[in-house]
Amino acid sequence: MKLLYFAWLRTKIGVSQEEVAPPDEVRDVASLIGWLQTRGPNFADALKNPAVVRVAVNQEYVRPGHPLAAGDEVALFPPVTGG
Amino acid sequence: MAIRVQAEDFDVGAELAALTEGNRSIGGVTSFVGLVREMGGGPSAMTLEHYPGMTERQLAEIEAEANARWPLQASLIIHRYGRLEPGDRIVLVATASKHREAAFESCHFLIDWLKTRAPFWKLEETAEGSHWVEAKDSDDAAAEKWKQAR
Repeated sequence: MKLLYFAWLRTKIGVSQEEVAPPDEVRDVASLIGWLQTRGPNFADALKNPAVVRVAVNQEYVRPGHPLAAGDEVALFPPVTGG
Repeated sequence: MAIRVQAEDFDVGAELAALTEGNRSIGGVTSFVGLVREMGGGPSAMTLEHYPGMTERQLAEIEAEANARWPLQASLIIHRYGRLEPGDRIVLVATASKHREAAFESCHFLIDWLKTRAPFWKLEETAEGSHWVEAKDSDDAAAEKWKQAR
């Protein structure tokens, strides 16, 4: 699974993208965020308030209950501020 | 329909001329140009980060939605990324239709929708350092009104 981080999620976590193989319990977006929070203080800090984190799977916005598959591209980022 | 995500500036006049070139059915064009503005503490530059791939996909979806809602003859979205200074152009949205209502309304829809959906983030430079611009509730409210509108 490919993970991408943008804006302050990227700067807090310290990487812009990585390949991960989450444990089997990670079946949806909410459980992925729960698992990521355990990967270190940088992740715990960046993801301490999941309500402000937007998630896209394969470049489409999804909700926390969205199921995940091994080959997915999952992006985590704050609310957008373009325009 | 056209989408461009680019670092370079754009020429509004040339873009609008190209948009309507050869289409004699167009009766009106509405355009919105977004600029970097000076913030309270004096000149502040910003860097626009985006999500290549998803940006183009989201803009194409937004543009398709506008074309489904209004009878448009042509439409264009250009959004820049990278470092920009006060006065620089950030975004151009232009819509062309036979009549002005469709052009005005769809242009307004596109910029409101783009601000809450297109994956761009602004990193603002100030005297105290740089910080990520926070999303505004007013932008969400502006996009929300189009859900009931038609």
